[in-house]
Amino acid sequence: MQKYSIFNLVKNAFSNHENWDLAWKDPTPKEEYDVVIIGGGGHGLATAYYLAKEHNITKVAIIEKGWIGGGNVGRNTTIIRSNYMHDENALFSEFGMDLWRKMSQDLNYNVMFSPRGIINLAHSDAQMNAYARRGNSMRLNGIDAVLLNREQVKEIIPMADFSEDVRFPIFGGLMQPSAGTARHDAVAWGYARQADSMGVDIIQNCEVTGFDVTAGKINGIRTSRGNIKTKKVGLCVAGSTNILAEKLNMTLPIETHLLQACVSEPVKPILDRVVTFGAGHFYISQSDKGEMVMGGDLDGYNSYAQRGNLPTLQHVLTEGIAMMPFLSKLKMLRTWGGIMDMSMDGSPIIDKTHIDGLYLNCGWCYGGFKATPASGWTFAHTIAQDRVHELNAGFSLNRFSTGRLIDEKGLGTKTWIS
Amino acid sequence: MLHIKCPHCGMRSQNEFSYGGDASVKRPELNKEISDEEWDNFVYNRKSLRGKHLELWQHLFGCRQWIKVERDTATHEIFNTYKADEEIT
Repeated sequence: MQKYSIFNLVKNAFSNHENWDLAWKDPTPKEEYDVVIIGGGGHGLATAYYLAKEHNITKVAIIEKGWIGGGNVGRNTTIIRSNYMHDENALFSEFGMDLWRKMSQDLNYNVMFSPRGIINLAHSDAQMNAYARRGNSMRLNGIDAVLLNREQVKEIIPMADFSEDVRFPIFGGLMQPSAGTARHDAVAWGYARQADSMGVDIIQNCEVTGFDVTAGKINGIRTSRGNIKTKKVGLCVAGSTNILAEKLNMTLPIETHLLQACVSEPVKPILDRVVTFGAGHFYISQSDKGEMVMGGDLDGYNSYAQRGNLPTLQHVLTEGIAMMPFLSKLKMLRTWGGIMDMSMDGSPIIDKTHIDGLYLNCGWCYGGFKATPASGWTFAHTIAQDRVHELNAGFSLNRFSTGRLIDEKGLGTKTWIS
Repeated sequence: MLHIKCPHCGMRSQNEFSYGGDASVKRPELNKEISDEEWDNFVYNRKSLRGKHLELWQHLFGCRQWIKVERDTATHEIFNTYKADEEIT
């Protein structure tokens, strides 16, 4: 594989950049693979990459119904953080933060990781107490956290509404300085290019239509481009998890829901952090192009539509304007929706299943993008070793029936039903 | 914007309703021995169908009645609405 470097850039300039290698190939499916990953999104691509890199398993296929990076990895709000209170989420995400910091070098692909910090705003004394507790938990797990008072927040984001007579005055906030954003498409492309170079077959426009399971063991999959034999299948399909689970006669603690995001017209640099509103669900950052990138709540009902409705968008942006009134002057450039695999406790599932050789990776809710490297790394470990790693041991499928939920928000289950 | 026909009040905007999830889920019978698995299925596990989906909504900012709605989860088309206790054939 051609290395991306200043030297190769100059060299290829002499041939008008017409002789660059393809970033990844377009292979026809082979008859048999050691591992088949279903889903060519961020998590699937990362899984294949770590299978090859960490476990030396390269006879791997990624099966993607559409095109790689065309799902949620290409339509999220690019936020990366590890500001969790519970050990399972905190240690897993912080492991991921390390991978993020090294990712551009590791993949030889600029993923534009920008550790600009995230601030969660607090709007009451009680919320400040809760954030102090969360911050302490984070620091005990080695994650950086700073509790900011009102004046300190004002210094960092003076454009927020600091007037006294608003419904939700800003009392302060919790900041994770090492959190940030990254270029989401580059993450998918970087993983794809490296996985491909190590021998992984990335098979696009190929729909999985069924599974061959005999005597509780997986023997292969059926696809729109023929049958493929394999002893190990990793399911990594986010919002489509239930559709494939149905083909396996599995019912999972997952509902598929619609989440919208939007960007404003590009404006000059004003916001150099990620900020979240504490009295609702709204988050914002500014992209390198200058657009304000915004998101918030689910639409709230089961949906596979990848297309949202106005009431939720209106609700989310009302929160945004309450927090930063200048937003009301901006024009909306684009809105879009994606489908989320909402787990019943808000935490993911990375586990083996009752079918031998079938592995499950789902339940990412609002937070799939930031988990991409850690999810791929632990899922690769789980598949290669046929046992969970201690980092994903808590993300088990049976935690629901055994009562070991990881309820990070403390809101109970099915938070979309309110 | 969804428009939902409340069987009590008529056609109203989505803004007046809140969502209650899959209406096909049945609570295990009272005072009967049940397994953890049955309880698990009732509380957590969902089919989350793509296509026709029978679901509960509440006309929260209206008559406050719970209703059943038959809706397509891929197109958002609403086929039919029923009163909560109405038998669906």
